[in-house]
Amino acid sequence: MTTVGDTARTVLAPVNRRFRLNRWGIFALLVAGMVAVPVLVVFSFVFVPATDVWYHLASTVLSRYVVNTLWLVAGVSIATLVTGVGAAWLVTMCRFPGRGVFEWALLLPMAVPAYAVAYTYAGMLDFAGPVQTMLRDLFGWSRHDYWFPEVRSLGGAFMMLGLVTYPYVYLLTRAAFLEQSVCVLEVSRTLGRGPWNCFLRVALPLARPAIATGLALALMETLSDFGTVQHFAVDTFTTGIFRTWFGLGDPAAAAQLAAILMVFVFAVLFMERWSRRAARYHHTTTRYRPLPGYQLRSWRALLAAGFCLAPILFGFLLPASVLLVWAIETSDTIFTRDFMDLVWHTILLAGVAAAIAVAIAVILAYGNRIGGSRLTTMGSRIASIGYAVPGSVIAVGVLLPFAWIDNSVDAWMHGTFGISTGLLLSGTIVALLFAYLVRFLAISFNTVEASLAKVTPNMDSAARTLGARPSKTLLSVHAPMMWGSLLTAGLLVFVDVMKELPATLIMRPFDFNTLAVRTYELASDEQLAEAAGPALAIVMVGIIPVVLLSAAIARARPGQPPA
Amino acid sequence: MVSLSLENITHAFDGKIAVDNVSLRVDQGEVVCLVGPSGCGKSTTLRIAAGLEEVQQGRVIINDRVVGGDGHHVPPELRGIGLVFQDYALFPHLRVLENVAFGLADDRSGRERRATAQAMLDKVGLGHLVEAFPHTLSGGEQQRVALARALAPKPSLMLMDEPFSGLDIGLRDRIRDDTLSLLKESGTATLLVTHDPEEAMRMADRIALMRDGRLVQEGRPDRLYSYPDGPFCCTFFSNVNELESVVENKSVQTPLGILDARGIVEGSTVNVLIRPEAIHLDETASTGFDPQATVSTTATVVESRVLGPYSLVYVRTVPEGPVFEVRLAGTQAPESGSRCRITLDPSQTFVFPAVSG
Repeated sequence: MTTVGDTARTVLAPVNRRFRLNRWGIFALLVAGMVAVPVLVVFSFVFVPATDVWYHLASTVLSRYVVNTLWLVAGVSIATLVTGVGAAWLVTMCRFPGRGVFEWALLLPMAVPAYAVAYTYAGMLDFAGPVQTMLRDLFGWSRHDYWFPEVRSLGGAFMMLGLVTYPYVYLLTRAAFLEQSVCVLEVSRTLGRGPWNCFLRVALPLARPAIATGLALALMETLSDFGTVQHFAVDTFTTGIFRTWFGLGDPAAAAQLAAILMVFVFAVLFMERWSRRAARYHHTTTRYRPLPGYQLRSWRALLAAGFCLAPILFGFLLPASVLLVWAIETSDTIFTRDFMDLVWHTILLAGVAAAIAVAIAVILAYGNRIGGSRLTTMGSRIASIGYAVPGSVIAVGVLLPFAWIDNSVDAWMHGTFGISTGLLLSGTIVALLFAYLVRFLAISFNTVEASLAKVTPNMDSAARTLGARPSKTLLSVHAPMMWGSLLTAGLLVFVDVMKELPATLIMRPFDFNTLAVRTYELASDEQLAEAAGPALAIVMVGIIPVVLLSAAIARARPGQPPA
Repeated sequence: MVSLSLENITHAFDGKIAVDNVSLRVDQGEVVCLVGPSGCGKSTTLRIAAGLEEVQQGRVIINDRVVGGDGHHVPPELRGIGLVFQDYALFPHLRVLENVAFGLADDRSGRERRATAQAMLDKVGLGHLVEAFPHTLSGGEQQRVALARALAPKPSLMLMDEPFSGLDIGLRDRIRDDTLSLLKESGTATLLVTHDPEEAMRMADRIALMRDGRLVQEGRPDRLYSYPDGPFCCTFFSNVNELESVVENKSVQTPLGILDARGIVEGSTVNVLIRPEAIHLDETASTGFDPQATVSTTATVVESRVLGPYSLVYVRTVPEGPVFEVRLAGTQAPESGSRCRITLDPSQTFVFPAVSG
């Protein structure tokens, strides 16, 4: 039998379609190639001879960057794991007052950019802030009479980042707990295990891949962060890249720093990919039953509610209220011409980026579906690693090749026609949009791909046999069916572009400000109250996808009738 | 006139052969059922005919035009075929009328397309549901919309992939008959894939039986039923009593009597397959000789069950010996423990050389 199979395989090999390319496949590869450019450029600078600046960096700050980054990663890991896993377990497995609200409200901190949270705490807790002022008034202390924790520190930074990134861990862990089906847990109960024992020995190990994925996402955010660590004067790679590029004017050294940061990123990315793969084997059943829930009473219930309330209070309610108060205090600066320009610029950038990202994602996902060759699949995988790459790294990786193109074109035009073309790409919106695309294509692609996968392939076959070409099938069958998901994908990209700080800061055209950049500039000038207006605008838009996500969570609960 | 011709189609997925050198043709106005157990390659064959899978080896010819193979691949939208799926694949965002009008050529005016679609829907008896969305329809209605949608562009070839298996049993027979008369009326050639032998017998002008990617036997339904080429074909279309024996003196000895060896080599082992309806029971146990029956013996009824239109009776010819299934028309089954005379109908009894190994 094997010989028959083998000969047939060799005979059939020439028409095997696995590596064949059609128009869709070529497009997928092209996009993948373009998206991969920034990362490749950054890595290529490892081979560029080191400059004096680099030796200076290596001997002075490099070790501090590494140590600070490691501390941040460790601190954020602990903070998000304790908060995220603990809260997920409480809301899925226990019953206590307010559980229904906590279930979705625990996601709210996702809406606030880390830097906005950092600004509010800095404003509240520094020496002139309301908290210390109140303490001094209350006890009659003066400056040197008391000790107060310094929020602008490494510890402060990981607290801030932990507060806004724990929802990733919470979201995925909660889903994993729900999927575990009661059966496994009930079996372990009947085998004589108590609730705690169940949690530690059954539920937790089963949810481990999901927890790891959530943690990986939280750490990617941490490694990308620029606004928080910059404001708290914690030297990390992102601030180092920024300073080396602008302060020291050495792009090569900045790229080399970026390459080192990417090593950290790839470690986290590897963890995420690995855990996602492992998750497939941890799926215990497809049958769901409502979770019974341990009824908590008296002090236990209070403790559980407190545990869930704390991250919402400190991660969302408090910072959002402070932003609101500040924004009202400085309201005369909000409804100005300048502010309207900021809003318009932000909407323009985010809107165009979202539209492009969704359009390309649709073509990529659809090409994968109908072209289905290994090359296109690989292409779309490569195209989707951008979400792990920090904005500052992408900025360096985009600006360097764009500047090279500009200079080459300029030199050629100058030499041939005597005209100087100057900067064609770098410093334009095109460059910035490209950077956003590299960073956020994965978000739209994953959303579109998941939605497309829900459409049975028979739909394609039906449309095709009824005479529709692939492009018509896409437009008249898939697109209308996926309309909701396309909007969601666009919205997610829109919000992320709006929040993105370092890439925008480094790459924006001269005199072109957005809400995020303005927030950063005002905060850097210690005009924290004035920064509240633009920051609040970002939070208000950012809350839309979180609300949608919460609503989806409330609706789709396995094993329970839709609410 | 030949509408569809598959020539020596061989197809593999990841080196694993799914369709092995299959040749098949469907004439105009003819319904051919491609039948076989799940995983036998029948659906793949259909997808190759539709152009949803590219031909790897062999040729696909539709209306004298090579549409696949020889380096050609005509995409499905240019083949002029209709396709009906098990899950119907109705477009959920389009109303019934828009679903049916989807395949009508764009060069016609909107009004013309709506009129054609309406006429088609009237024909399947759903003229009143044109404005409905697919999810509001019952299974039977969805099936008829799918059929109307596939037939509306007047394809010369209809391909149907398990089109009735999603329906309730009560509804299935009626829809099958309606579908058949519509297909006959439109005169289109039809290739229908099913795993249900009864459905194939009911629908087909010709049946092609597949197993492990190969075409086992092909012919009119009654031919396949009465003259199976081998044990697989025989057991696929009905339950059988199976036993093993050896050829001696050009005949085969069985507990139910002696059968003709039908030219099988002397001394070789054979498989004897006896359809339950081939065993006739005579309770009166009279000694009268039936000239039609070639073999007869007596048996004890072990168990008997009335299933409505027919009854199942289990008999045994020797104590502790093998039990045979007998199928009788009606509800007059002999009680267990009673003794009967058995006559065997040789036309529903088959002897095949035993497959070695």
